[in-house]
Amino acid sequence: MPETMPPRPGKGPAPAGTASEPGAGGLDARLVVDRGSFRLDIGLTAAQGEVVALLGPNGAGKTTALRALAGLAPLTAGHLRLDGADLHRTPPESRPVGVVFQDYLLFPHLSALDNVAFGPRCRGAGKAEARAQAAEWLERMGLADHAGAKPRRLSGGQAQRVALARALATHPRLLLLDEPLAALDARTRLEVRAQLRRHLAAFEAVAVLVTHDPLDAMVLADRLVVVEHGRIVQEGSPSAIARHPRTEYIAQLVGLNLYRGHADGHTVRLDAGPAVSTTDDLTGPAFVAFPPGAVTLYRDRPTGSSARNLWHCAIAGLETHGDQIRAELTGELSLAADLTTAAAAELDLHPGAPVWATVKATQTHAYPA
Amino acid sequence: MTRSAHRPRRSRRIAGAGAVAVLALSACSAPGPDSSPGSATDGPTGTVTVFAAASLRESFTTLGERFEEEHPGTEVTFSFGGSDALAAGIDNGAPADVFAAASPRTMELVTDRGHAAGSPSTFVRNRLQIATVPGNPHGIDSLEDLTAPGLKVVLCDRTVPCGAAAQTALGAARIALTPASYEQDVKGALTKVELKEADAAVVYRTDVKAAGDKVEGVEFRESAEAVNDYPIALLDNAPNPSAAKAFVALVKSPEGRKVLGEAGFLRP
Amino acid sequence: MTTSRETPRKTRPRTPGRGVPLALLAPALLGLAFLLVPLLALLVRAPWRSLPEQLTSPEVWQALRLSLFCATTATALSLVVGVPLAWLLARTDFPGRGLLRALVTLPLVLPPVVGGVALLLALGRNGVVGQWLDAWFGITLPFTTTGVILAETFVAMPFLVISVEGTLRATDPRYEEAATTLGASRFTAFRRVTLPLIAPGIAAGSVLAWARALGEFGATITFAGNFPGRTQTMPLAVYLALQNDPAAAIALSLVLLAVSIAVLAGLRDRWMRTV
Repeated sequence: MPETMPPRPGKGPAPAGTASEPGAGGLDARLVVDRGSFRLDIGLTAAQGEVVALLGPNGAGKTTALRALAGLAPLTAGHLRLDGADLHRTPPESRPVGVVFQDYLLFPHLSALDNVAFGPRCRGAGKAEARAQAAEWLERMGLADHAGAKPRRLSGGQAQRVALARALATHPRLLLLDEPLAALDARTRLEVRAQLRRHLAAFEAVAVLVTHDPLDAMVLADRLVVVEHGRIVQEGSPSAIARHPRTEYIAQLVGLNLYRGHADGHTVRLDAGPAVSTTDDLTGPAFVAFPPGAVTLYRDRPTGSSARNLWHCAIAGLETHGDQIRAELTGELSLAADLTTAAAAELDLHPGAPVWATVKATQTHAYPA
Repeated sequence: MTRSAHRPRRSRRIAGAGAVAVLALSACSAPGPDSSPGSATDGPTGTVTVFAAASLRESFTTLGERFEEEHPGTEVTFSFGGSDALAAGIDNGAPADVFAAASPRTMELVTDRGHAAGSPSTFVRNRLQIATVPGNPHGIDSLEDLTAPGLKVVLCDRTVPCGAAAQTALGAARIALTPASYEQDVKGALTKVELKEADAAVVYRTDVKAAGDKVEGVEFRESAEAVNDYPIALLDNAPNPSAAKAFVALVKSPEGRKVLGEAGFLRP
Repeated sequence: MTTSRETPRKTRPRTPGRGVPLALLAPALLGLAFLLVPLLALLVRAPWRSLPEQLTSPEVWQALRLSLFCATTATALSLVVGVPLAWLLARTDFPGRGLLRALVTLPLVLPPVVGGVALLLALGRNGVVGQWLDAWFGITLPFTTTGVILAETFVAMPFLVISVEGTLRATDPRYEEAATTLGASRFTAFRRVTLPLIAPGIAAGSVLAWARALGEFGATITFAGNFPGRTQTMPLAVYLALQNDPAAAIALSLVLLAVSIAVLAGLRDRWMRTV
């Protein structure tokens, strides 16, 4: 169903959807897709104007979820309502859904302008009208000068914006973005991420983006939904998830060492391994987390250290991490530790080297599991 | 639509060059090591290689088996094909002992170059017949009946012997016949009638006979004007001349005439 | 995952001539000679003196005109039904698709004469389908120019289908999905996105099919017979001339060769640069 209202700047109150009752706006879905031994089963809701990120490792089912929302993969079970309208049986070409594909999939034989005009043309606009709309979109994206260019002449960032313009030109009520920044190099990524954030913020309907990059998710989305093995393992605001990761995957993503165990006062006895002292006071199943930067390494057992958490480990691997060195340790406890290049050189760290690791109780954080 | 003017034969010399590729496939039945001439006292032995016109396939195959029975230790190898192609093969040195052609013209291609030992002799004759679909539903009784409107008739192309003979007969009868098609060979013409795509074809009576009950033969008066002689000759550089001589004798014998007569051939 | 967006096909570096191993060079040159020597022989033995006379004869032009017309029409027919068939084979999934694909390519390996007989049995006056065409519409196909076109289509279309199907398989099907999410029906997606993307494959397949149709002999003479101006195409004229006028046959072959080379060269420059 074509939605002809132009997008509004800022997130105002949602415009009434074409077929919706008041208050029924937004996305309400439960997506169940069986594919061989893999089963995706997630519930997904989003209010108008909300940007939701599906975050998860490769193979978690994020893209399958996206394809199900777009109608490109059939639902095995569940439901899909958008602005109150049931889309479960609607074929993809009739869904008010726009998609920005991972590698954009700009039609290589069409100019940027004709790529953007493709949607309006298919939705019934005349040729001249569709091109005029497309020109307007490209103008808005700052691409007026590249309207006549074929996709292969566009830079990655430009192609990304054309793809976004193409998806928005059909005035979708649900915008889907599949790894929108994955195809870009690091420098372009920074710039495009900021632009995309502005465009998403201005988008008045629901946007769902799929990414495996926590930074993209946290910058672009209002809410994160973490998917692993076809299931939702955690959802919430970016800051809540960063502070209280509930799986090792998220902990790694947000840069934390995370363990599960049983808390008894200020001590969390880990399910597998030693105990960790913490300043938090709780009882029962718990997570305990600390950042790699809180770890201090010694070649010899420290004697004067006040740290209660002292573990004997060995270096499993070293990699440069920004201007720091990240050391992966195994031994009594598996953990990641960050240290400066100078410190690493001084300690003469190399894979296999035995080290002692300490963490102050004040730098750990325990919360109920 | 006009009938195509028949191009006269311009050069016979290039026949060899043109047909050599065709021959490469059909002429590789080289005699085996046991093809040395047998001694005259013992009678013929070894392999006899016979190049024969395609229309002789059934009868010559039968005669070959008889020959091998009568002369133990012999083996008859045939290469059946279009007479033109066979003549070109002999001209290009194919190791054959005997050549049996479907027309004097094709035999001339061989004798003119001096490849024949002795002069060829006519051993059978063939006459044209009209082949109709079984039961002759259109009541075809003469060559003239073929000109009836709506009747689909196929002829052999003028460039092949059965087509040339048909044109001679039509010319003698002063009949103008526009066929549906000029077929590349007798089998092509017959197939069209067998599949009932054509109502009639002008072919040799031996072909009608070989087709069994899939077609019906109708004799016509003018076929007498286009009788085809089949000459047979020993070849000059025959690998096995004594056995070859014996095979030709069998073909010309009463026994041979009987086999050929059963196939529909006429006595010379 | 940027690979499918830009295919750097055009800038593929050529292997320089030096350093070609003899073990490859020798058979390669032998193969080249094997292909070229017969063509050269045709030129060497051509009756150049009588050539002008041969080539100005109306029969030659009649046969050539008919050949070009039939081959072109057969190619057009192959395009109309062959491209959708290729799409069906490449883009849909149904039981027995592999078998169907094998059947479609059967005419590639079938002796053309057998193809001609099969056509007679199907579309002939007494054929499985043909008898109804005759009874209901009074249409008989054997011995007609239409018959020639059908015989050539039968033999040539698999080349087009295979070529187009291969190109389709190499083309990312997600372009069609992208078009669908923009509101295009599957047919619109095919017409406006897939078709332009596979244009090089269609061009290559058309050229192959056209060339095959132009040279078609066995199925044509079996199904459509041989009548000058109506069903006698160049290959038939060449074959029959070979029976007793090889000079004429060589002259006709030269004409066919020249036309084929001219058309293929012309198309190659205009259409097939990326293939």
